[in-house]
Amino acid sequence: MLEKLHPAANDRRIEALLLHRELEEFNTTYAAALDEQRLDDWAEMFTDDAFYVVISRENADRGMPVGLIYCENKAMICDRAFAHQHTAMFAPRYLRHIVGNLQVLGEEPNGDVRARANYIVVQVLLDRPDAKLHQVGVYYDRFRRIGDRFKLAERRCVYDNLLVDNALCLPV
Amino acid sequence: MAWQEPTVARRYVWPDDDLTVIPDWVYTDEVIYDREVERIFHGATWNYVALEAEIAKAGDFIRSHVGPTPVVVARAEDGSINVLENRCMHRAAEFCRELSGTTKEFICPYHQWTYDLRGNLIGVPFRRGVAGKGGMPADFKAEDHGLRKLNVTTHRGVVFASYSDDVEPFVDYLGPEVLREFDATFDGRKLTVLGHYRHSLPGNWKLYHENLKDPYHATLLHTFLVTFGLLVAGNRSLMLTDKSGRHGVMASAKSDAKAVTGDAKKEMRSFKEGLTLRDTRLMDFVEEFDSPWSVTMATIWPNLIVQREMNTLGIRQIVPTGPHEFIMKWTMFGFEGDDEAMTRHRLRQGNLMGPAGYLGLEDNEAIKFVQDGMQGVPHGRHLVKLDPKTPAGTSDTLISEAAIRAMYRHWREAMAL
Repeated sequence: MLEKLHPAANDRRIEALLLHRELEEFNTTYAAALDEQRLDDWAEMFTDDAFYVVISRENADRGMPVGLIYCENKAMICDRAFAHQHTAMFAPRYLRHIVGNLQVLGEEPNGDVRARANYIVVQVLLDRPDAKLHQVGVYYDRFRRIGDRFKLAERRCVYDNLLVDNALCLPV
Repeated sequence: MAWQEPTVARRYVWPDDDLTVIPDWVYTDEVIYDREVERIFHGATWNYVALEAEIAKAGDFIRSHVGPTPVVVARAEDGSINVLENRCMHRAAEFCRELSGTTKEFICPYHQWTYDLRGNLIGVPFRRGVAGKGGMPADFKAEDHGLRKLNVTTHRGVVFASYSDDVEPFVDYLGPEVLREFDATFDGRKLTVLGHYRHSLPGNWKLYHENLKDPYHATLLHTFLVTFGLLVAGNRSLMLTDKSGRHGVMASAKSDAKAVTGDAKKEMRSFKEGLTLRDTRLMDFVEEFDSPWSVTMATIWPNLIVQREMNTLGIRQIVPTGPHEFIMKWTMFGFEGDDEAMTRHRLRQGNLMGPAGYLGLEDNEAIKFVQDGMQGVPHGRHLVKLDPKTPAGTSDTLISEAAIRAMYRHWREAMAL
């Protein structure tokens, strides 16, 4: 099949596949860092100027900027990581982040790659029998290649659920 | 003390008539909860329902609640604000399904009964039947079947509703001390809404009031505040209550972490010297209010909290759903005239509060823990004995539960218990 296409077209398709695969791998690594509550590793996945927000779809659809978590740069993301690990009081829990339906949307003039992916976060509290769907939403992303790897220059986590179940104790 | 079998008649008797002890049934009992809805949320109280900024133009509406009861807040063509039960007078359908919007009239989707923005019934399909058959009785009068309308008042752009027509005017309801703090936040500038948070909390709704009438917890639970020197036990502070005891304002003035005495540090295990934020703008305070306090948390009975945490401003509306759970709807705001930098500052500082806030998430967890602690323990009691010099009311020390006692003095009156 491949050999029937023009070599340049093949190159483009292979490049697109590699990019797609690379971003999927990024999201898998990202999810693992959060699942294992390695928040310093999580913070390292952002660029210094990264914008990170967890915002309800209600606000996003109405053009309102308020986010559950609102970080304008990596310093704020690191402060988040520190607070959740060292100052925040919350009950122990297990979290499972599932990321799928990745779509590469295009490239910005500066070379940043725009993408989106659906996500769900499932939470297990140690005093309740059930695993509960804590968040369901979409990551709207801008990835930047730094050296041989990608980092997030922007991740907007837009969650569909109207109500947050009590508290969001770890990033999304 | 010997354990006694409580008879049904004695079940809701306050132990020894002593406000320093709160029985668990106050927080866990369905009968008590139903009575609260009837006597408090549907009683002679002013319930927060919306900001005027959310219904600025004629036809604008927003869904809200008075206690657990769904209402629609709508601005009519004449500029009036109408608070209507979101319940069709025909078959009780909750007719308005959008969170907010703009409309000319409300049409119940079930049988298309139609109401104007003031709640008048203006349309009943097939009212006279079809071909002379069926239809409403001849004596059916549309004017007798308008939506249930609540008493409405506004103050400084904030809209309140009441099921009571006899409730006192809002300024008298707050009392002069609490009104002063309310007006310090709502200082006359026009509000702009920046967004909402909504979450469910697995605890009794009164625990949220108590948490904000309990300055004792602030330096102990909220390690973040103490770690970064925002609030420490030696800060200048006040726990204010109104004369009735139902409202409160927890106020504190930001001070330098260096000023903390060694003794205070020892008591607060969480104090870590030398830690700083990487982005310290989170803790910046831009002076913009005519108030000696950098932080005020006003608990306005029965369903409103006004947050002025330095420059992050928010309304929190309590929607109880039963004795064991309530929903909290937050409306974060700024003011017309805020420039981009100020709006961003408010948003950055918003990280302190809300369901994922450095402080906010801890309060939610603590409230859940309290409700959990009451499960499966019959005839349990809480202890609120701090600061005996102030039996119930305003206290100038953070190490006090006098405001909680004041709230229960009022609650017992309102509940006749």
